[in-house]
Amino acid sequence: METVEKTLDEILDLAATHFKVPRSKLSPDDDFFKTLGIDSLQTLDLLTKLENHFRVELPDYELQGVTDFRTLAGKIQARL
Amino acid sequence: MKQFRGQTLSWELQNGIIELSLHRAPCNEIGSLTLEELEKFVLALDDLNHESHALIIHSVMKPGFCAGADLRELYGWFQQHGRAEVVKNARPYLERIHGVMNAIDAAPLTTIAAVHGVTFGGGFELALTCDLIIADKMARFCFPELRLGLIPGYGGIPRLKRDLGNAVVRDLLLTGRSFNTTKAHQIGLVSQVVGEGEALRAARAMATQLAKFDRITAATAKRFIKPVLHEELRREIDLFCELLTRPEVEAGLKKFVESTDAQPYLP
Repeated sequence: METVEKTLDEILDLAATHFKVPRSKLSPDDDFFKTLGIDSLQTLDLLTKLENHFRVELPDYELQGVTDFRTLAGKIQARL
Repeated sequence: MKQFRGQTLSWELQNGIIELSLHRAPCNEIGSLTLEELEKFVLALDDLNHESHALIIHSVMKPGFCAGADLRELYGWFQQHGRAEVVKNARPYLERIHGVMNAIDAAPLTTIAAVHGVTFGGGFELALTCDLIIADKMARFCFPELRLGLIPGYGGIPRLKRDLGNAVVRDLLLTGRSFNTTKAHQIGLVSQVVGEGEALRAARAMATQLAKFDRITAATAKRFIKPVLHEELRREIDLFCELLTRPEVEAGLKKFVESTDAQPYLP
């Protein structure tokens, strides 16, 4: 069973790798739209990467309004 | 015409395989110019059919296969001509789109959609006209039309219902959520899942295999198992035109076009 902290770590690793941002520049409470500088299409990419990595389904509407990595980790954790 | 290079798409026939490549930035939004070029393609298909056994539709644009109808163009028509005029012209426009979609759907050759990334709305509907969908693992499928006060208008509902059943249509249509290739494969929408950027290669391999079969036999089998649902498709146009008369549509388009939201595709 993954803990939310482990999930959060994996999200930060994945975001850093996929969007080519140094991992050290990402913090759990960052607004990922701003930190990663992603648009709506890249947001979809991130969603797909997360679903594939964690093998979960994340309905878009559950992520509406979610902007930071920590809340995102909570949403994913609830589906693991 | 064995090859064509247009502003929004191109096609080429080689070794019995037609490749239709979509290349309109940013993500192959289907507007009036794309429709004109698709109509050209469908006309050419009448001749190409005799020399080919397979058609592959794919996108060369990085964000995805196709993001659907050109909503900015549609909103522009509302702004320029007013709702009454848009409603008046909607039916003939939709009939043209349906003409294209129906021709691809019923083409007497085996058709493959090789998709990646965004496969939304009208783009999803275009993929659904194909006999088989090969998707890379980063593809996403969605019918976001309800956010605009509309239903999909390019034949998507009848085709998805034909291929997968009503429950899937309800899930996609009524929630407006998008789902990924894994899910699409689980429910039978996608024939093969491939790695990122590999859909076209896999489609070419499949198309090469199809050349081993007699064309008439393959076309006969297809006619038998894949009926074109003319009555339901006509009903879809009626419903779409009915909904288009409501002010909610123009408001939905305005919200989308003017959105600065990072997730404007969400209902």
